[in-house]
Amino acid sequence: MIRPHFPTRFLQWGTPMRERTSGRTVGGFRNLFLQGPAVTLLLLWMLVPLGMTLWFSFQRYNLINPMISGFAGWDNYTYLLTDPALWTAMGNTLLLVGWVLAISVIGGTLLAVLFQQEFFGRGIARLLVIAPFFVMPTVGALVWKNMLMHPVNGVFAWLSNLLGLPVIDWFSSMPLTSIIIIVSWQWMPFALLILLTAIQSLDDDQVEAARMDGAGPLAIFWFITLPHLKRAISVVIMIEMIFLLTIFAEIFVTTSGGPGLASTNLAYFIYIRALLDFDVGGASAGGVIAIILANIVAIFLIRTVAKNLET
Amino acid sequence: MATLQLNNIVKDFGGTQVIKGVDLEVKDREFVVFVGPSGCGKSTLMRMIAGLESTTSGDISIDGQRINDVGPADRGLAMVFQSYALYPHMTVEDNMGFSLRLAKVKKAERREKVLAAARILQLEPLLDRKPRALSGGQRQRVAIGRAIVRNPSIFLFDEPLSNLDAALRVQMRIELARLHEELDATMIYVTHDQIEAMTMADKIVVLQDGLVEQIGSPMELYHHPCNRFVAGFIGSPKMNFLDVEVREASSEGIDVALPGGDCRVPVDGSGISAGDTLTLGIRPEHLKLDDEGPLTGKIVVIERLGGVTSLYLEHGDSEWILVADGDVAHRVHDQVRFSFDPTCGHLFKGDGEALNHLHRHPLVDIDRKQNRVSSASDGQ
Repeated sequence: MIRPHFPTRFLQWGTPMRERTSGRTVGGFRNLFLQGPAVTLLLLWMLVPLGMTLWFSFQRYNLINPMISGFAGWDNYTYLLTDPALWTAMGNTLLLVGWVLAISVIGGTLLAVLFQQEFFGRGIARLLVIAPFFVMPTVGALVWKNMLMHPVNGVFAWLSNLLGLPVIDWFSSMPLTSIIIIVSWQWMPFALLILLTAIQSLDDDQVEAARMDGAGPLAIFWFITLPHLKRAISVVIMIEMIFLLTIFAEIFVTTSGGPGLASTNLAYFIYIRALLDFDVGGASAGGVIAIILANIVAIFLIRTVAKNLET
Repeated sequence: MATLQLNNIVKDFGGTQVIKGVDLEVKDREFVVFVGPSGCGKSTLMRMIAGLESTTSGDISIDGQRINDVGPADRGLAMVFQSYALYPHMTVEDNMGFSLRLAKVKKAERREKVLAAARILQLEPLLDRKPRALSGGQRQRVAIGRAIVRNPSIFLFDEPLSNLDAALRVQMRIELARLHEELDATMIYVTHDQIEAMTMADKIVVLQDGLVEQIGSPMELYHHPCNRFVAGFIGSPKMNFLDVEVREASSEGIDVALPGGDCRVPVDGSGISAGDTLTLGIRPEHLKLDDEGPLTGKIVVIERLGGVTSLYLEHGDSEWILVADGDVAHRVHDQVRFSFDPTCGHLFKGDGEALNHLHRHPLVDIDRKQNRVSSASDGQ
């Protein structure tokens, strides 16, 4: 429900009529005819769920009590927007997206530079470092929950004991941080993968020219590698953001949004409304708010990314 | 500003020797060109001088200082790459001033130096552009400008013109020669194009398979190649070779047998005896059509260039290239006779080594530097 919608202006219907040098017209009806089926399918795919969500968000619709029904007006929205839980969930969503983006992009860039160097067993090391991305979110989260972060059986607890440090009960004492760590672990390989391929296209001559100009490793990274990666980084940010706004499985199998609302993001909040409180109307209103929020983010993001890709 | 000495330089890439012991002396303000076929190690040699490639053994010294273990930035050299290697995200000005920026030179001073270099290369109107918005020749000039800004003791050029189209290449060649005069710096230039080598060099180093074949002025290489490889490599079209039998040999010259009669080549024939087989080399431009000539051939291909015409001739299993006047009216399949001035002939032994000419060509010791001294000041 909270998939950021790309501005529809990207779906261009009637490109202005143009004439080829051969005299044949391109665009117009012919164009429409050919694009029609695909675009129609896409529109249906998008508009039907959107329309239903909008419709439900203005209905009194609770699965527990079918007697309550009918048009609700703005009640669902008023109720939702005055609920402090929504704002907590929004804040958590932003924190989650922001931190995971920061960790995965910065870590991914540094790892990409590292894995670009020649060292023994690089092929296998690259494979291993990318592996977390291929693990299902639920499975990954369960592994973290039961084998790494568990306060009794977990590796981290064992390590803490070994060092004589107090054991941390990750999911109850720092739930959002734990989820940020898990999600970063999952998404860093993606950033690494994209950035590594980008770094491989960096012209060796440029690096050598910089070396001749007196640039050390840090200066080469800062002045040559990083600007070269600019586009790839914006692509990574855009793609990751789309998926990170909808993180659900990791929260569901670890903290279930708790304790309290400490690790509830917008997606999980809507889930609570719809399938724990059975309040379809309220959940739909939450979905609409999420769509609006995602679109605001998407518009800014796509603008900056598009600008980046141009230059 | 700087001299460079290479002393028995060797480069080993995991067991394969690419440079097999090179000695070279580059004098101050000299324009030295490394030339050779692909894979001869000329670029590797330059990269070793630049410090981008380590040296397996041997010494590299600049002004007498051994610099083997000095990093590329601290050698005081600047390199122009074949691909230009401009930083795509920086403007022309930032590209040129990058080394100064890294050296923490103040902005005003940086700008001043960049402007001075830009003035030499007529880049002033382009300073705010990104490399993407420049043509090939302009990018080349920016790359050179980036080198000038560093004020290096030696300029290194790694095939800088090979990405340009033919007309631009000629123009840049002239510009580089002019630049050398203006900057009065030591320059080392790598190319596989012998025309670039001949036109720009004070001294040419011909390399093959990691070894120096010959070092000398362009005219020396042309008139006195020390072996068959250099003879074939320098000069275009390629030198003609023909196996001949020695009739008589002495220190005053060698008589060799040709299909149309004997001819005497003025080379030192000591150590050669009658009956030996040698290779006769004659440049296409030294062959001339001559109805009385001792050699014959059938024309296979004619290339008319306007000013001159190249005739590709065939006689038995030997092939000849002959550069004739642009006005020859011959057609393909014509049978022609031709001759040559024996003083222009070269003789090579079986191992490719050339026999010394008895007379040195008068222009052998002229280099570009002397070309620039006007004839009037010679007292002529």
